[in-house]
Amino acid sequence: MLLGIVPFGVITGVAMVASGIPPLVAMLMSLIVFAGASMVASAQLLASSAPALLIVVTTLIINLRFMMYSASLRLHFADAPLGRRLAVAYLTADNVYGLMLGRFAEHPADAGKFEYFLGAGLLVWAAWQAAVLGGILIGAGVPAAWRLEFAAPLAFIAISIPFLRDRATLAAALAAGLAVVLTSNLPFRLAIVAAAVTGIAAGLLLERKKA
Amino acid sequence: MTLWLAVLGMALVTFALRAAFLVLPPGIEMPAFFKRALHYVPAAVLTAIWAPEVLVQNEQLPAGAVAIAVAWRWRTTFATIIAGLLALHLFAGLM
Repeated sequence: MLLGIVPFGVITGVAMVASGIPPLVAMLMSLIVFAGASMVASAQLLASSAPALLIVVTTLIINLRFMMYSASLRLHFADAPLGRRLAVAYLTADNVYGLMLGRFAEHPADAGKFEYFLGAGLLVWAAWQAAVLGGILIGAGVPAAWRLEFAAPLAFIAISIPFLRDRATLAAALAAGLAVVLTSNLPFRLAIVAAAVTGIAAGLLLERKKA
Repeated sequence: MTLWLAVLGMALVTFALRAAFLVLPPGIEMPAFFKRALHYVPAAVLTAIWAPEVLVQNEQLPAGAVAIAVAWRWRTTFATIIAGLLALHLFAGLM
């Protein structure tokens, strides 16, 4: 699990510095936002001098999946004190969530759910921040010939594939991929919004047919 | 200024999404349609992030195909990145 986070974190750090974000701000962003996909997208947007509102809206779309995770995690942490629930919220990352759901499915009545989540979450958090810091320090030091920038889409391929569980989710992904390429002439990253809407519509359409 | 507004806005939006249903009172549920729509967000949005970098007419396309196959079979990010980067350089040399 940590093996996957480290290269993605390094790429994120490199991408942020390469787009002109000062190193200290980039590290601060990593600490308070802690969401790699939206940080890479924002770095590209900042480099093309997009307005702040558009960057925030893009972040909202890319990170909307966290809302789904929070609805599912609530089933396990509803009785926990508020402080613990906020800690769970902050540490929610794609791979931590995936790992926890597997664990909680096997041990539904486990008393140590919070401790388990905290352990995995902090481990991933620390590895991620160290990797981003490494990427920021390396900065432009990576030879362009390595084409390391391609590691970012590759990381997203790895993150997206496990979500393709049936015909409807597969249709959502295919429609979104097609839509984002067809609307790529739209300014800034509006193509992401078009793709999200198209993908969701495709998924719902196929789900309805099945029912 | 734009940078600071963006960073602050991103932090607030991201934390609000993560905390949403963990802090709402237990009685409040998501509307059923919203819940169904949200189900397709990860597949759609995550794919839309990588598709423009991969669906282009050069070595990125076959390299992306290799990465998808590796991700599908082994489900590990590290293997996907390594295989994709190696394939990228291999196809760049061939094409």
